[in-house]
Amino acid sequence: MSPELGHFALALACAFAFAQTILPLIGAQRRDRRLMTMAPGLALGQVIALGASFLCLIDAAISDDFSVANILENSAVTKPLLYKITGVWGNHEGSILLWALILGLCGAAVAAFGRNLPAALRARVLAVLGGVAAGFELFCLTTSDPFDRVWPAPLDGQGMNPLLQDPGLAFHPPILYTGYVGFAVPFAFAIAALIEGRVDAAWGRWVRPWAVAAWAFLTCGIALGSWWSYYVLGWGGYWFWDPVENASLIPWLSGTALMHSAIVVEKREALKIWTVLLAIATFSFSLSGTFLVRSGILNSVHAFANDPARGIFILGLLGLVIGGSLALFAWRAPSLTAGGLFSPVSREGLLVLNNILLCSICAVVLTGTMYPPFMSLLFGKTISVGKPFFDAATIPLAIPLFAFMGFGPMLPWKRAQMWPVLRRLWIAALATLLAFAVATWSLSGVLPILCATGAVWVIATSATDIANRVALFRIPLGQSFNRARFLPRAAFGAALAHAGVGVSALGLAAMSQAQHKIVEVPVGQTESLAGYDWTLAGVKTEPGPNYTALVGTIEVRRNGHLVTVMHPSKRSFNAQNQTTTEVSIHTNGFSDLYGVIGDKHGDDAHPTYVLRLHYNPLAPWMWLGALIMAFGGALSLSDRRMRVGAPRRAPAPNAVAAE
Amino acid sequence: MSAEGPSLARRRVMMALPLAGAGVVGAAFWGMLSGMQKGSFNPHDINAPSTGRPVPDFAVTDQTPGVGFSSHDLQAITTPVLINFFASWCIPCIAEMPQLLKLRDRLPIWGIAYKDKPDNAAGFLRHAGNPYARIGSDFEGRVAIDWGVSGVPESFLIAPGGKIVWHGAAGLNNDEVQNALDAALGQTKR
Repeated sequence: MSPELGHFALALACAFAFAQTILPLIGAQRRDRRLMTMAPGLALGQVIALGASFLCLIDAAISDDFSVANILENSAVTKPLLYKITGVWGNHEGSILLWALILGLCGAAVAAFGRNLPAALRARVLAVLGGVAAGFELFCLTTSDPFDRVWPAPLDGQGMNPLLQDPGLAFHPPILYTGYVGFAVPFAFAIAALIEGRVDAAWGRWVRPWAVAAWAFLTCGIALGSWWSYYVLGWGGYWFWDPVENASLIPWLSGTALMHSAIVVEKREALKIWTVLLAIATFSFSLSGTFLVRSGILNSVHAFANDPARGIFILGLLGLVIGGSLALFAWRAPSLTAGGLFSPVSREGLLVLNNILLCSICAVVLTGTMYPPFMSLLFGKTISVGKPFFDAATIPLAIPLFAFMGFGPMLPWKRAQMWPVLRRLWIAALATLLAFAVATWSLSGVLPILCATGAVWVIATSATDIANRVALFRIPLGQSFNRARFLPRAAFGAALAHAGVGVSALGLAAMSQAQHKIVEVPVGQTESLAGYDWTLAGVKTEPGPNYTALVGTIEVRRNGHLVTVMHPSKRSFNAQNQTTTEVSIHTNGFSDLYGVIGDKHGDDAHPTYVLRLHYNPLAPWMWLGALIMAFGGALSLSDRRMRVGAPRRAPAPNAVAAE
Repeated sequence: MSAEGPSLARRRVMMALPLAGAGVVGAAFWGMLSGMQKGSFNPHDINAPSTGRPVPDFAVTDQTPGVGFSSHDLQAITTPVLINFFASWCIPCIAEMPQLLKLRDRLPIWGIAYKDKPDNAAGFLRHAGNPYARIGSDFEGRVAIDWGVSGVPESFLIAPGGKIVWHGAAGLNNDEVQNALDAALGQTKR
C-alpha cells in the first residue's frame, strides 16, 4: 500500500461517484431499468475505493511515512499507536477523507437496506448521495490532498497537538461525522421526492429511520465533544457556545424537528412540504457548519487549517448543493399537494408545536452564531455573543418544549381531548410539583428552577406514558408484563429519548449551581469548598513518554472522613512547547469533584501552586441523558416496523391507516 | 398547511423564501472570504486600541469603594492616568497589588473590575488595599472587549486628552513591564 495507491483509489471513488450521480438520474427519468439498477453497484464500488484510500492513509500513518506531508505535519515516531491511527482524522485533509468515506457508507447502506424502495426513488436517492460525494471527493483531490508528498522526507514528524491525544477526542469525529453525514440520506430522499413531485406516507416512513439513526449519532457526537472539553480543557465548563459547538447543535435541533415532523407525514400525510424543507435545511446546516468552520470565517477555538482559498471552493460547493436544492424546492414544492387540516389539540398538533419551538431555538442559536461575523462585515464592529445571550434566549423556549413534550405522545391522533389525558397525569403532576418545591429550595435563579421542574415533568410523563400503555396496576402485573413485551419498541424508544432529555436538563439545571475556587496554596494547606476540605498533600514531578508531568496530590475530606485522593497533573510536552492539564475527577454519580493543578509560583524553598477546585452537582447526568437519548433512538430503530416493514407505496392517499 | 391554503402564486413566493435567505447568507460569506483574501476583513481581529489611538467609547458603573467613569472623564484628564483592569479571582492581580499601591503616589490609577461580582471586588480591595482613585465595574466584560483586553491584569497609560500612550498585558510587578511603563510615563511628562 502506498500513498499513490490511496490517491488513485480516491480518484477512482470520485469517478464512481460521478457515474453514480449521472447514470441513475438519466435512468430514472427515462424509466430505464438497466441504468437505474447500476446505482447500488456504483455506490458499493465507491465505498470500496474510498475504504482502500482510507486504509492507505492509515497505513502511511502507522508506518511513519513522513514523506507524506499530512503525516509529517501531524504525527511523530513517539506518538502512541492509537493516536497514529486516530490522528488520521484529527486534521483537515484526513477528516475530509473520513467525511467522504462515511458519505460513501451511507450510500452503500441505502443500497443494501433500500431493496424494497421503488426503483426510481432508490436510483434518485443514490444519485443525490453520489453527487454530494463527488463534490467533496473533488474538493479532497484538488485542494486538500491527504496524500501529498514532500521530498526529501525528514526523519521525524512534527507531532500532534497534545490536547488531541485523548481517547475521547479520538472517537469524537467519526461519531459526530456519522451524525452530520447521516442527514445526507433524508436530504437525498427529499431531493428525490421533489424531483418525483410526490411525498406521501410511505416516503415519511422511509425517511424516518435514517433521520433517527443520524440523530442518535449526532447526539452521541455532541455529548462526547462536550465531555471532552469538560475533562480535558480543565475549565470546569462543558459547553462554551463556541461557533464549532453551535455548528453541531444547529443541525441537531433541526434534525430533532425533522425526526418528529416525519412522523406526521407518515401517520397523517400532513406537514409534507415542511418536512422536505427540514430535511434540506438539516443537511445544509451540517454542511455549512463543518465547512465554514474550516474557512476561518467563524472565530473559534477549534482552529483547523484555516484557509480562505479552500473556503472559496467550499462555498462554491455549498452554493451548488444548498442553493441547488433550495432552488429545486422553490420550483417543485408549490405543486406538492398539501395535507389535511388538523386540530391543535391532537398528537400532530403538538408535534407542530414541537417543531415551532425547536426551530425557534435553532434560529436563536443560528442568529447568535452568525451575528458577530455579520456585524463585523457590515459595520466593522467587533462584538462577541456569549453565554448570557444564549441562556436567556434558549431556555425560555426550551421550557414550554419540555411542558408539551411530556404529554404529546399520550394524545391520540386527529382530534383529541385534553382532559382525559391530563387526568392520567396526576401522579406526574404531583411529582413535578414536588420537584418544583425541591428546586425552589435548593436552586437559585428562575431559569434553573423552571428547567429542573420541566425536566422532572418530562421524565415523569414519559414513565406515565409507558405505564399507561401496559396498563400498569390496572391489570395484573403479569399481564402488564405481557403487554410490555408486545409494545412496539418505538414506543419505548420515544419514551426513553424523552426521559433522556429530562435527565440532561436536570444535569444542566444543577450545573448552574456549580461552585469553584481558584487558590494559590503551599503544600499542606487546606481549602474548603462546597462542604469539602481540599488539602494539597504533595506535589511531585514525573517523566512521561513524550512529556514531563507535575503531579499534585489533593486529599478531599468531608467532616474529617477521606472522600478521595485526586492526582491532577500538568504535562509539559517538549516537542510542541505546549502544556496540557490532566484534570482529576471524582464522581459518585450525583456530583463531580474536579481538581486541576496549574502553575508553580514562588521560589523553590517556598513554592506555591495554583489549584482550580470545582464542585459540579449532577454533572455526569448531562452526558448520561444524551446517552439515554441516543439509546432511545437505537431502540426505536430496532423496531421491526422501522426496519423491515417498509410499506409498499399506497395506491391512493390516505390508505395508510392512522394509528 | 391546509388544503385551502394560500393561492399557488403566494405559495410560490413562500417556497422561494428559503432560497432567497440562503442567497443572502451565501453572498455575505462570499464577501467575507474575498475580504479575508484581500486582507480587508479579519474576523479574528480584536480591535485592540493600539497605542497612539484615543480611548474607546465606554462607561463603567460605580464599584464600591470608588466612583465609575467613562471615556468623557478620560478625555478631560490633565495629568496621565493609568487604567488597570483587575479581578478578585485573578491571582496575578493579587501579586500585582503591592506594586500598584506603591505606584499610586506617583500616578493616579483608575481601576476596572473585570467580570467580577461587585461584592467580591469590594471585599478584595478591602483585604489587598485599594490603589485606585476611581473604580468602575465591568461585570459583563463588554468594556474589556472595547479596550481589547485579552486577560487580567492589563494596564493602559492614558495621556492628557485621552490618548493611549502605553499598553501592558501583564502584571506590573514584572520589572520589564514596570520599566516600560516608567519610560512611557517619562515621555508623557516631557
